[in-house]
Parts: sequence; C-alpha cells; structure tokens
Amino acid sequence: MALAAPSFPMAPAGVNLRCLHLVARNYLVWRKLMLASLVANLADPLIYLVGLGFGLGALVGTIDGRPYVHFLAGGMLCYSTLNSASAEALYSAFSRLKVQRTWEGILHAPMTIADVVVGEWLWAGIKATLSGTAILIVMYALGIVHGLRPIAVVPALLLVGLSFSAIALVVTTLARSYDLFTYYFTLLVTPMGFVSGVFYPLHQLPPLAQHVAWALPLAHAASLARGITLGDPMPWPWLSVLVLVLYGAVGLALAARIARRRLMK
Amino acid sequence: MLRVGHLRKVYDGREVVRDLSFEVARGECFGILGPNGAGKTTTLRCCLGLTRPDGGALELGGLPVPEAARRARYRVGVVPQFDNLDPDFTVTENLVMFARYFDIPAREARARVPRLLEFAGLGDRARARLETLSGGMKRRLTLARALVNDPDILFLDEPTTGLDPQARHLIWDGLKRLTGEGKTIVLTTHFMDEAERLCNRLCVMDRGAIIALDTPRNLIDTLIEPVVVEVYGEGVAAWARASAAPLVERLEVTGETAFCYMHDPAPLMQRARREPGLKLLERPANLEDVFIKLTGRDIRD
Repeated sequence: MALAAPSFPMAPAGVNLRCLHLVARNYLVWRKLMLASLVANLADPLIYLVGLGFGLGALVGTIDGRPYVHFLAGGMLCYSTLNSASAEALYSAFSRLKVQRTWEGILHAPMTIADVVVGEWLWAGIKATLSGTAILIVMYALGIVHGLRPIAVVPALLLVGLSFSAIALVVTTLARSYDLFTYYFTLLVTPMGFVSGVFYPLHQLPPLAQHVAWALPLAHAASLARGITLGDPMPWPWLSVLVLVLYGAVGLALAARIARRRLMK
Repeated sequence: MLRVGHLRKVYDGREVVRDLSFEVARGECFGILGPNGAGKTTTLRCCLGLTRPDGGALELGGLPVPEAARRARYRVGVVPQFDNLDPDFTVTENLVMFARYFDIPAREARARVPRLLEFAGLGDRARARLETLSGGMKRRLTLARALVNDPDILFLDEPTTGLDPQARHLIWDGLKRLTGEGKTIVLTTHFMDEAERLCNRLCVMDRGAIIALDTPRNLIDTLIEPVVVEVYGEGVAAWARASAAPLVERLEVTGETAFCYMHDPAPLMQRARREPGLKLLERPANLEDVFIKLTGRDIRD
C-alpha cells in the first residue's frame, strides 16, 4: 500500500503533527482577513486603555505607586488574550464543527477527531497570543514598559491563550447552539474578570473572593503578566504556571473526549 | 476491497444495523438501496471508521476498521450526503487544502487541480468562491475533492439527491468514467434508475438488515413477476379487486392506481380494454417494482 509521504519528516517517531494541517487551514483563512483582524487587535485594546486607563485613572489616581493605566494594561494583557482565545475556540470553532460541517469533511481524510481538536486548540492559542502581544505593543507605545524584559511575557501569553482555548473548547464540543456561549461569557468569563485582579487589585476583595480568585486561571495569568512586564512581585510564579497548565491539559483532554463521543456516534 | 461481516449498530437500544454482511471486490460498483432510515448512512459511516460498530468485523482495503481507519482512509474518497465543502475557501483552495489532510505537498496538490476540475466540469470556476456555485456544481466539486488522493475506493452517500436531471446525468457520467478506470465504488441511493444504471451488484436494506443482494438483472428476474400492467382511472380499486384479481398473479392498489404483476398480460389487457374509463400501461418489471415489493408502499420518515 503506497502511503503519501508525511509532510513533517522532522517529527520524531510517535509524535503526531497532523493537527498542524488544521492550524494551517485556519491560518490560511485568517490571512485573507489579516489586515482587518490586526487593526481590530490593536484598536480594541487601545480604546480600552485610553478610555478606562486615562478616564478612570483620573479618578483612581495611582495603584501601588504608579498610574492606574499601567496597572490596567498589565491586566488587559491577559484579558485580551482570554477574550480572543474564547471567541476563536467558541464561535469560530463551533461554526466549523456544526454550521459549516468543516470538521466532518476533514474527518473523511486521514485525520482523527483528536487531530482536529488539538489543531483548533493550538490555533486559538496562537491567535490569542497575537491579541495579547498587541497590548504589549501598545504598552511600549504609551511608554508603560521599556527594554527587553517585557517581551518575555509572550510565551506566558501563549500559555494563557492555550489554557483558555482548552476550557472554551469544552463548552464548544458540548454546545448545541451559539446560545450556550452567551452564558459562558456572562456567567463565567465576565465575573472571573472582575474577581481576578484585572481591573483593580486583588487585595481589595474580601478574603473569600480572593481564595476563589486564586482557584481560577485568570488571577494567575494576571499575576504572571504583571510580574514579567511591570516587575510586580509574583506570589507563586511556578504555581501560577502549573495552574494554567492544569486547566489547559484537563480542558483539552475533556474537549477531545466530548468531541469524540459527539462525532463518533 | 471492502469486507463487512455481521455488522451491528445500536442507537438508544434500537438496532439500526442488524447482522449485515457483504463484500465488494476491486473494480466493482456496489449499491446499497433502502428507504429512509434503513441504516444505509450508518453502514457507510461504520465502513469509514467514523462510527464505532457494536458488533461484527470490517475490513477496508485490507485494513481492520475502525482500528486502522485512519490509515485505510489514505486510499479512500468520500462524497457525503450533505455538502461539507469548506466555505472559507475558493474552488481550487478547497482541493489543495483537502489534499493537505492526506499529507500531499501543496505543489503536487496544485498540479492535480486542473485535471480534477476538468473531470468535474468546473474548469472555468477554478477561482470561484463557493457561494457562487449551484447545488450541482458543489456536488461535482465534492466528487473532485474525493478524488484528490487518487483513491482506490469511493464511498458516495446519495450522490444525486436534490439534483436536477442534467446535474444527475453529469454525476453519473463521472462515476461511469471512474469505474471504467478500475475504481471501486460503494454508493447508497433510493433512486432505482441510478442503481440499475451504475451498479454491478446491489443490496436492498430495510430496517437495518439486507433483504436481497444480487445483480440488478437477477433481482428483477428472480424476485418479481416479469410484466407489470398499471391501471389508472376512477373506481379502479373496486374494479381491480373484482375483475383483475383472478387474472393476475399479484395485485397492489394504491389510491387510483392498480399495479398488476404477472407472466402473461394478455387476458388482463383484453378484459381491461372493455372498460372505457380505464387507462393502461404495460411494461416490463423493473428494480423499483422489486424495491416496492420488498420494502412495501408505506412512507418512511
């Protein structure tokens, strides 16, 4: 039986890179609308930072000894990554899963459900990192950060993006319609944003809320992002990484399982 | 090329595929006929490893399915019942992207595109966006997509459902060219003319089981009386039961039509011609008659 040569000859034995076909597919579609997407990626956070940061910042004054906009920008790095990961892994992935039947078509080829789910996860994580990086660029432009060290936040943002993409994919593979995503945003993402120290410092919350926050991935993401870009003290950097990895790994495994049950029936 | 042995599939306690066995040889065009809900699509999905069977053994291109389904699909093309072309891509991009899922390098895929588009009659639509294509064009593009890996065996699930006659003939011509090239084809359909025209062998499925399996000619010769007289007209039901029944071997009445099955139509024709209100059509029995005889006239949803 003559099999076509695999296009990833550099892959070590046992490592499966077919999921990259799906990343390539999504990238090629995204490339068609790249300019609009990049402008939105830059304009959206800029509006938030200028609007909230300077408007609200005039009332708030300083937080921990620096302008409010600096504090907010550190949180927005993660919030923007979270939003972008969620939008891609929820709405866009669901279109491909159900509305357009794209996943179904791909499964006629020698691709497995795991290939497709992992591909969507990687792509949403990468796209989210772009959104987060856009904030970093804005931070440089506004003079909030200087030097090279803040660039180290980019791999952290990739971790944050992959973590939230995995959680979103669980919701996507469970969803029967787009309605579920509204609940996900309203009941989970938005409240998480408010308790996780994105818009104001975590230590202003009552102790119970702080405990809840540290069980959620966004507080850890914000802690890492501010630590790397602004030099804020990070209470438990490696625990934060671990929490994000755990949410991502459990989410991805769960999403792949649910997708399998849904599509193999 | 394809071996199905004692296949069984259960949904919510209901057996939708029951002890199904058949084999398809290389170069054969095998048809699966059956009313809606007979289990045709489920059978195809099991063959492709897209649904896990609850019993039985499947072998596709010499590989066990679903265990080695992914490897088996390298040599398989699929035309699904509902189009799942990628609406985010143009016609050519659809083919090149799909080739990539088979690990075919983009350069080689692009080299294959012109021939595939020519085959599908879409030579002038290479750069067209998907939403500008008609239903028939999309079907043909789906067929071209299924050929992008030069498969040994093609699975088609109701390939011409919803198409106009012109579009159906184009698909049929394409499929005949493929069998001429030695490709193996497995298709499901509920169009008898399609099955009769294309298939070397076919099986009739009903309620999850095969109830007949042979060449179209043999099915007609062995399962049904050779001549059919259709009688139409007002009051035909009462007339048929009273006057026609003794002259025919089998009689079926639906609404204002009586279907009379027999070997020698002469006595019936003589009798019926005396009734001025009746219209008559004498014809040889065909696959549709076999199908109706086997699966009944009731509507299935």
